[in-house]
Amino acid sequence: MGHKTPLYDEHVAASARMVDFGGWDMPLQYGSQLAEHEAVRSSSGMFDVSHMTVVDVTGAGATEYLRRVVANDVARLTKPGKALYGCLLNDSAGIIDDLIVYFRGADNYRLVVNAATRDKDLAWLAATANDSVTLVERADLAMVAVQGPDARQITAEVLGSADDLLAVRRFGFVEFSDSFIARTGYTGEDGFEIILPSADAAQLWRDLTNAGVAPCGLGARDSLRLEAGLCLYGSDMDETTSPYESNLAWTVDTSDAGRDFIGRTALGDPSAAECFLTGLLLPAGGVLRGGQTVVTDVGKGTITSGSFAPTLKASVALARLPTGTSSAEVIIRKKQLPVQIVNPPFVRAGKATFAQT
Amino acid sequence: MSNVPGDLRYTKDHEWVRIEDDGSLVVGITDHAQEALGDLVFVEVPELDQSLSVGDGLAVVESVKAASDVYAPFSGTVTAVNDALADQPELINSEPYEEGWIARLQPDNRDDIEALMDANAYDQYLIELEDG
Repeated sequence: MGHKTPLYDEHVAASARMVDFGGWDMPLQYGSQLAEHEAVRSSSGMFDVSHMTVVDVTGAGATEYLRRVVANDVARLTKPGKALYGCLLNDSAGIIDDLIVYFRGADNYRLVVNAATRDKDLAWLAATANDSVTLVERADLAMVAVQGPDARQITAEVLGSADDLLAVRRFGFVEFSDSFIARTGYTGEDGFEIILPSADAAQLWRDLTNAGVAPCGLGARDSLRLEAGLCLYGSDMDETTSPYESNLAWTVDTSDAGRDFIGRTALGDPSAAECFLTGLLLPAGGVLRGGQTVVTDVGKGTITSGSFAPTLKASVALARLPTGTSSAEVIIRKKQLPVQIVNPPFVRAGKATFAQT
Repeated sequence: MSNVPGDLRYTKDHEWVRIEDDGSLVVGITDHAQEALGDLVFVEVPELDQSLSVGDGLAVVESVKAASDVYAPFSGTVTAVNDALADQPELINSEPYEEGWIARLQPDNRDDIEALMDANAYDQYLIELEDG
């Protein structure tokens, strides 16, 4: 038996199929994964993401510390209530994890990192901190992501304070009483991620269910993030790949030449990367899966994650390919099938971002 | 509990076999199998006139989660395939024993089917699997 989130009983009561995910018993799906995916693209769905690790960072050295340990520059967060996506890099510029940094006030931040990488993340954060920084893991908090075109409106009605909530800009957040409500997510749709005391999570889940928000499992979460072109840690990137090799150059801020963030020296020049992460589309003939070999005009590559894309009625993947690739085929069951190279995301606001050739 | 029709034969790989009046055999995957796989999004059916030995790959079914092989439960020759699955793989989810059939084969030896489980045996097999 793995760890249970505060919503475990809700999942079991809803007959979810539970699976192990990074040591947690999590819902894979409640019924049809395709229906859950569609709910998020067309209206609203919610995910229990309480397994994710929340770490509060405070102390006089907090800003300086995060400017060193995160490859994106938290100095870009000029006003409290803003968030930033970035990577923790090791000295070789490999990605230890990706994370969101929420700026709550002067030298007061909240980090959300992955569940499966919790132990090594906490160890790394502690090892790179000094006495002027306080790190506190918030295992007492639950987290629910409500996503989809109707998600903000419904959530605002359920939580009250609708005006305040609907005024939150993308990648912004507000806090009131014990709740922390951020306009962030992992589906390519608009919505909120709500961090709240564990004891309040089940009531929120039930209220959202009653308001028509569809409970969604990890299966739909994966196909949604893949359509949105969002990397999954451990599949699309890890400690052996740099942000430049993971379609994450935009999360590396080198504008301040004096900022000595960890991994900076090893990162080098983005144009010198020998491989890149991009999207593939297979119109028919099977489903792209992680680990499949990609044959390109300049060498071989690998699919890092793939699935069926319900919005596109075709299969899509993220793949790491040799720099300079202009055409690609994927080997599936000994057949070599041509694929279209698509710059991710595949889907934005519920629609394809590209024309199928 | 999954649906196990009484008039079919079953394999441990969760395939079903229906004996037709003309002696041919229709093959599909069971309700238990489709439930375990989840939403199906791609099915690769065999080619017509393809000759298969028992255990050969008969079809590939892919759900959003994973790809699975469907093996020939007996030796024979493919005489019909369910072309509807190309556009509607979800027929296997909704009607695994009817519109979700995969292929029809002429068996090399009709007696091979006697080695397969009947509905009672398959039911028992499913219970044993669940009890693990």
